[in-house]
Amino acid sequence: MSASSTLPRGPRTSATTRRTVLAAGLAAAVAPGVRAAPARTLTVAAFPLVDQIVKDAIPQWSQRHPDVAINVVMRQYDDHHTAMTTALSTAVYLPDVMALEASYVGKFSDGGGLSDLRQPPYDIGRNRSRFVAYAYDQAINRKGQVVAAPTDIGPGTMLYRQDLLERAGLVSSDLQPSWDAYIDAGIRIKKATGANLIGNVRTFKDLMIRSGLKKGQGLYFDSDSNVLVDTPRFHRAFELSLRMRRNHLEGHLETWSNEWAEAFRRNMTATELGGSWMVGQLANWVAPGTKGLWRAAQLPEATWVSYGGTYYAIPRDSDPARKALAWELIEMMTLDPSRQFAALQTQDAFPALLEAQDAPGFDEPLEFLGGQRARELWREAARRITATAIHKQDKFAEDAVNDALDSVLDNGVGIRQALTDVARLLELRARR
Amino acid sequence: MSMRRPSFLRLSPKWAPYVFISPFLILFGVFGVFPLGFSLYLAFQSWEPTGGLKAMEFVGLANFAFALKDPWFWTALKNTLWLAIASGVPQHLVALPLAAFIHTSFKRLRDGVIAVYFLPYITSTVAIAIMFNALFSQDYGMINAALAQAFGMSHIDWLHDPGRIKPAIAFIVFWRYVGFNTVLYLAAMQTIPGELYEAATLDGAGRWRQFFHITLPGIKPMIFFGVTLSVIGGLQLFEEPFILTGGKGGPQQAAMTSATYLFREAFAFNDFGGASAMSWLLFVVVALLTWATNVAFRTRKGPQ
Repeated sequence: MSASSTLPRGPRTSATTRRTVLAAGLAAAVAPGVRAAPARTLTVAAFPLVDQIVKDAIPQWSQRHPDVAINVVMRQYDDHHTAMTTALSTAVYLPDVMALEASYVGKFSDGGGLSDLRQPPYDIGRNRSRFVAYAYDQAINRKGQVVAAPTDIGPGTMLYRQDLLERAGLVSSDLQPSWDAYIDAGIRIKKATGANLIGNVRTFKDLMIRSGLKKGQGLYFDSDSNVLVDTPRFHRAFELSLRMRRNHLEGHLETWSNEWAEAFRRNMTATELGGSWMVGQLANWVAPGTKGLWRAAQLPEATWVSYGGTYYAIPRDSDPARKALAWELIEMMTLDPSRQFAALQTQDAFPALLEAQDAPGFDEPLEFLGGQRARELWREAARRITATAIHKQDKFAEDAVNDALDSVLDNGVGIRQALTDVARLLELRARR
Repeated sequence: MSMRRPSFLRLSPKWAPYVFISPFLILFGVFGVFPLGFSLYLAFQSWEPTGGLKAMEFVGLANFAFALKDPWFWTALKNTLWLAIASGVPQHLVALPLAAFIHTSFKRLRDGVIAVYFLPYITSTVAIAIMFNALFSQDYGMINAALAQAFGMSHIDWLHDPGRIKPAIAFIVFWRYVGFNTVLYLAAMQTIPGELYEAATLDGAGRWRQFFHITLPGIKPMIFFGVTLSVIGGLQLFEEPFILTGGKGGPQQAAMTSATYLFREAFAFNDFGGASAMSWLLFVVVALLTWATNVAFRTRKGPQ
């Protein structure tokens, strides 16, 4: 459809009166340059920061499609995903483009509610090699369908306080050889500075249980829904967490709580393990006053882990007339290096597009990290991370394993007992 | 000049009652009966919600069997009963004497005093949860600061210690609803004829005896009403624990009530069938306990 066919007709010149001239003048003054409202609207449902990234792209989109407006519907993270679950279940109020956090892509992928992006007109397969491999693989469901396109990723990294390590006579490489070395260094840091190695031991455990996972392997369940919790991977994670607790190396603080943030501000936390986006969180609101004191390094024991990320999906039952346009918008957001780079610059969204990681200026010094060129570390991590298999009970398993860890650390339950109990709990649900 | 309405706008007396009652019936049908029926239907289905309504599959009683075997369902039910008792019983034990005290001791200031007690009930739950989150904060909260000042106690981790979070939530629920119950009892006390108290005073009955032999029997129907509301409300407790724990049940699920678990089961764990079955099991528990309350308050007939 051409743009001109959708424009409204102009006023009839034969009936020009003083009133119509005045009205036309007023309209021109109120809306200079606006000739017509866009005839169509693409709705994008997103959560905070992703909504801003999409809004930032609207001028570029409007140049391509002046007749298609973008309506960004933003909800808070949990509300957004609850709303998307409801929309998919009833096929009512479906957006044309749906932003999904990585864990929800896995959760939604086998439901059949999202379009298979391998099919025409999307044909995402021909661009597969342009994406970070694990990010693309993570969107493939059991039937081999690709249900979403990756836009940003969170390569795992270790952030550490350079000044606190120096006071303990340590350098970052002392923490890296193994997780035991990391804890040994924590003991020295605690002794020399009083600071905890980490704010919340769960963060450490979450990393440990992902350590050493092979491509396509599940975290809590294998592909036949067998429970993988009572295995050496979890035993070691629990043992080292207990060692950390016994040496008083963790702050016992709920992640994202006021106390957790305050500990960073008061120099009481020496390291943090998380996605590269954690730098932006620390810099913007958690502890902006600690600017220049932090540095980034690869995770100990050559652990390559992903921390979330964002995808765009097209609901299967959204308006078919707008699906091609929806895909065009997704292509612009995910395959245009300039848009990907802009999202990195403005919102710290680490690009899932490989070309954007090679763009000039990508590896600029980061002020919060004392001028360190840390993005090259994260680029390397991104290329080494492999996709893990998602199981629909992963969310429950995560909560149950957290409880098991608490029972070990707080109530003195034996590790074997705690993991046997949680395995039994997961078996009850594994095949639901 | 009188204007006659067109015939299609005229309402015959035969249909008028149905038309006038229809707004309620329509709303009740849409927001009451339909969800009830749908949840009963869902309780017998296995459903991956993101697959749409067509993705449902009949599974018979499997969801009920799963719920009864699920340890978290029982944990949630135990937590709910604990919280219902720990927050509900003190509400009434405090509200009764408080209402009697306000009834007898305040004259002109009475409405103002009642308003103050009633205020927590009409305050937004979210605001209350945020406020208590700050008050219960381990290192920077006023409650710990006051306890340290008064008794030299070390800081308590109210919200992240499984042994402490339940009393903290019970306290919030108590604080929120004690005023509501006080207003109920006060209203009931105002209906007791003053002559009974005058006669009792002449007979030499003190305030305690008057309270136990006139006030309490006089407001028994209201106590029954208040206790029934507390039983139902306590068993459906959702907002306070949900907001205080970020919807995650708190440490070792110590603050997970049945209602918060149902929500998580559906929206976090994507198991709408299981959640629906659990909600009907919870309904059975609520109905049984309401019936037990009714039995407990039933007037016993003396020997003939």
